[in-house]
Amino acid sequence: MRGLAKSLLVLALLATPAFAVEPEEILKNPALESRARALSQELRCMVCQNQSIDDSDAPLAKDLRVLVRERLTAGDSDSQVIDFLVARYGEFVLLKPRLSAHTLLLWLAPFAVLLIAAFGFIAARRRAASAASDRLTPDEEARINALLDKN
Amino acid sequence: MTPEFGHYALVLALALALIQATVPLWGARTNDAALMSVAGSTALAQFVFVAASFAALTACYVASDFSVLNVFQNSHSAMPLVYKFTSVWGNHEGSMLLWVLILALFGALVALFGANLPASLKANVLAVQAWIACAFYLFILVTSNPFARLAHAPAEGRDLNPILQDIGLAVHPPLLYLGYVGFSISFSFSIAALIDGKIDAAWARWVRPWTLVAWMFLALGIAMGSYWAYYELGWGGWWFWDPVENASLMPWIAGTALLHSAVVMEKRNALKVWTILLAILTFSLSLLGTFLVRSGVLTSVHTFATDPSRGVFILGILVVFIGGGLALYAWRAPALKQGGIFAPISREGALVFNNLFLTAACATVFVGTLYPLALEALSGDKISVGAPFFNLTFGPLFVPLLIAIPFGPLLAWKRGDLLGAGQRLIAAVALGIVALAATLAIQRGGPVLAPFGIGLAVYVMVGALIDPVERTGLFRVPFATALARARGLPRSAWGTAVAHFAAGMLLFGVIAESQWNAERIVSMKPGDTVSVRGYDLTLDGLLPRPGPNYRELVARFTVRQGGAVVDVLEPSKRTFPQRQMSTTEAALLTRGASQLYLSLGEVGPDGAIAVRLYHKPMVLLIWLGAVVMVLGGALSLSDRRLRVGAPKPARKAALQPAE
Repeated sequence: MRGLAKSLLVLALLATPAFAVEPEEILKNPALESRARALSQELRCMVCQNQSIDDSDAPLAKDLRVLVRERLTAGDSDSQVIDFLVARYGEFVLLKPRLSAHTLLLWLAPFAVLLIAAFGFIAARRRAASAASDRLTPDEEARINALLDKN
Repeated sequence: MTPEFGHYALVLALALALIQATVPLWGARTNDAALMSVAGSTALAQFVFVAASFAALTACYVASDFSVLNVFQNSHSAMPLVYKFTSVWGNHEGSMLLWVLILALFGALVALFGANLPASLKANVLAVQAWIACAFYLFILVTSNPFARLAHAPAEGRDLNPILQDIGLAVHPPLLYLGYVGFSISFSFSIAALIDGKIDAAWARWVRPWTLVAWMFLALGIAMGSYWAYYELGWGGWWFWDPVENASLMPWIAGTALLHSAVVMEKRNALKVWTILLAILTFSLSLLGTFLVRSGVLTSVHTFATDPSRGVFILGILVVFIGGGLALYAWRAPALKQGGIFAPISREGALVFNNLFLTAACATVFVGTLYPLALEALSGDKISVGAPFFNLTFGPLFVPLLIAIPFGPLLAWKRGDLLGAGQRLIAAVALGIVALAATLAIQRGGPVLAPFGIGLAVYVMVGALIDPVERTGLFRVPFATALARARGLPRSAWGTAVAHFAAGMLLFGVIAESQWNAERIVSMKPGDTVSVRGYDLTLDGLLPRPGPNYRELVARFTVRQGGAVVDVLEPSKRTFPQRQMSTTEAALLTRGASQLYLSLGEVGPDGAIAVRLYHKPMVLLIWLGAVVMVLGGALSLSDRRLRVGAPKPARKAALQPAE
């Protein structure tokens, strides 16, 4: 908290400048390596502020990058690697949470807001349109008729 | 003596703010001109005292007065002078002082340039402004006093966080705060209108320039911060969907929506209730951003719980202003008269469409940022919401919006012709498809997203220019005539075209950088060469270099293209002994809008150094797009109707009672 309170911006919050992926980590097989990079971008470095293991130079991130590459070399599919990491570290490790009961609101929110706002506008327009229409209410009509009758 | 002077000046500013928060309000109630006019003079005086307080803290920093705790913690006598100035706001207490300085500045500007405002509106606006000021003065004085002294002054300071020792710190926070805090004016105008219970097209015209100014500064601040992160952090990322970034993005998106809905209100007297709500929400998001960044809640819900004094105080401010604002809105807004009806297909309809999608995009960022915090607080479950989530939700929401951009200015008010507008956009659509096909052909099997993104970007850029091209008759009438007509077009029309064009530029840059970025990560010894996209970089050698308050290891690279020397790049690593921290200083080579990006890693036991090299095509378009967008805003701001102020219609027409 102390150290953090001092840091004004994103930069400082993103921890120290990172070097992330190091040359000796890179796999010889380019197809596997590109899968490893893609996976790394979806996985959180759990001791960092909102950094993926691909971006972070924390020792833990390095361990995880090496782990991901080990699993891929051992023949795991992408989803097997993810399942393995989730089983080990919990859902916290995923930067894109899975759709489940406790993330339902998160995933639905954008569309729900869009729909609610759209209905709100439509309703408001209806109200404005009916308020601005020239037609008189039956009440007003009756009063006018009464006035006309009087004259 | 200086720090005590600064402290005292801040207390006096609070006293002035208390007067400004109450007396003018009473004046507006009782229609007493003398009481109302107190607002202007207290606003100016308040600014003078906050400025004095800020100057006092700056003086402490420049003099390296380490008896002041804040200076001791964030400065060092050997630091270059420019960083002694910027480190004033490179810490919590100082940045809050900058916050209130800018708040007072805006209040003073309203006092100076608000001569054409009705007296009661001006009094109310400045009073609301002063409520905000009071809250934040109290926050600083009670929880975050920058002038606290140490009993025994240390001989040397602890130095500023090395990452902040950059010219970026001089520019980014002030710009960001000018934007953040600038939205307080729109908020104050809305609250004042709700208190008065009257609001009309003239109100929209008064509030629009202030919103525009804040929006421009916030855009620049965000763009500047993004570029700073890009070159300073050493891995070439420019947007991380970090909660702190999101905190500044949310008010910007809401502010963008507000600018558009205010147009409808100004031109057609419609969407009043919505515009007021947006103005309240925009500043609420600014406050929320301040809370997120300043309370420590982002590190963990638990740190917040263990050291709650500051967090709880800001949370209180948040609850009072957002809750109070929304409650007042719920109470008074239904009484506001709705004006101007319009067909769904119309300029108004297009602007509503814009507002729908911007609101949804903003809500996405809001939920994505706060959901993990809320979930952890409520159930203890920890989840992460990061870039992959936002790319998947925020991205798609912008596609319909971008497609709609060129349509907006081509639709007539009240009732528009969608088919007609579509026909006028044929050139844009055609060029977009050409760009799509060309990209597909050139990259042969590259990323799938790229051709569509580039096609959309070209469509938006060309589409944005259709309106001015048609209105000036360019390509149809002689060039001199078109030029004369161009001068005659309202500046706001140009502003719209330029800002919309910039949205296309930005998209182009984002797509090009994210889809075609080339990367090399290698370990190099002197004499080794690494190549990327036709550039060959040879490491000539490593040399140590002393700096004022750091040691530096510089790697010298010669860049060749086809054998010919293009440039010499010198990325470096700096070590700051005072804080035991190091930074990487990336070296950039700009060619057109593309950049080569070179940064250093660790030196291995065998003397080889890890090197990261990127070729980032068209990456500068991202920030140039933001700058051009701000230029569009500036053009719009210079429009005659905003400069000369609102015409003063007969008193009765201007002030519709709300009943």
